Amino acid sequence: MKKHWYDYLWIFSATYLILGFFNILFAWLGMLCFMLPLLIAIFGGDKMYCNLFCGRGQLFSLLGKKLKLSANRKPPVFLHKKWFRYGFLAFFMVMFCQMLWVTYLVGSGARPLSQHVKLLWSIKLPWHWAYYGGVAPWVAQFSFGFYSVMLTSTVLGIITMALFRPRSWCVYCPMGTMTQLICQARKPKTKQ
Amino acid sequence: MEVKIKKRKAKVTQADCVACGSCVKVCPKGAIRVYKGLYARVDEDLCIGCGRCAAECPAAIIEMEEVAS
Ligand code: SF4
Ligand code: SF4
Ligand code: SF4
Repeated sequence: MKKHWYDYLWIFSATYLILGFFNILFAWLGMLCFMLPLLIAIFGGDKMYCNLFCGRGQLFSLLGKKLKLSANRKPPVFLHKKWFRYGFLAFFMVMFCQMLWVTYLVGSGARPLSQHVKLLWSIKLPWHWAYYGGVAPWVAQFSFGFYSVMLTSTVLGIITMALFRPRSWCVYCPMGTMTQLICQARKPKTKQ
Repeated sequence: MEVKIKKRKAKVTQADCVACGSCVKVCPKGAIRVYKGLYARVDEDLCIGCGRCAAECPAAIIEMEEVAS
């Protein structure tokens, strides 16, 4: 099949993860991966982001198929069930809000900056080498928090890529679930 | 002896579809599309029953069905 420019966006996703090891402030770039899918769903009414542009989905495809790291097994049925997908989205949102709350606390001076990346919402990894100061503490705290979200979802995605089919993460990806929900909410309006 | 020719077509369980578009990327005929971010739909006239989409779907919700031609 013909390759398009957007078939190479996995390079962006991979670069993003690597940059976080060198300068945590690059984490802010990840906002693109949050805003674009939502804006496309809200104004375009489709999942064009998932369907064409998402570099993360492409990365899992590449690891699973080209590098043959995927067992290519059918995932358990619950993975695509609504209760699991909506539940995971809800959990993800709660953890995201908690991250924003910590950012606020650091911004208000109630808490010192924590130079850690939290993997899987529980494992605190020292990450101070990727921060050189020079920005407001909350800007740095958000970077650590947001990068934690991105790294955690990548790790989960890699695990399910290896165990099941390459793009298994896409089945329960909170962004994918959210954009599908937006499209569903828009549906009645577009029906004749 | 009579040989009945049956055609295989992809069938998506739309209620379980996550609209990720993985299937779309592997279809050699452009026969499967994600409709408005809701679920994937198969154009049976274009589908050649190769089964690539069914093997690719990360949710494993595409079945290959035999249909009378
Ligand atoms: S479901 Fe998530 S990872 Fe998969 S393509 Fe969509 S946004 Fe990307
Ligand atoms: S790959 Fe499966 S879950 Fe994804 S859009 Fe196609 S049918 Fe739906
Ligand atoms: S079975 Fe083959 S031709 Fe038919 S929709 Fe799936 S990938 Fe396309």
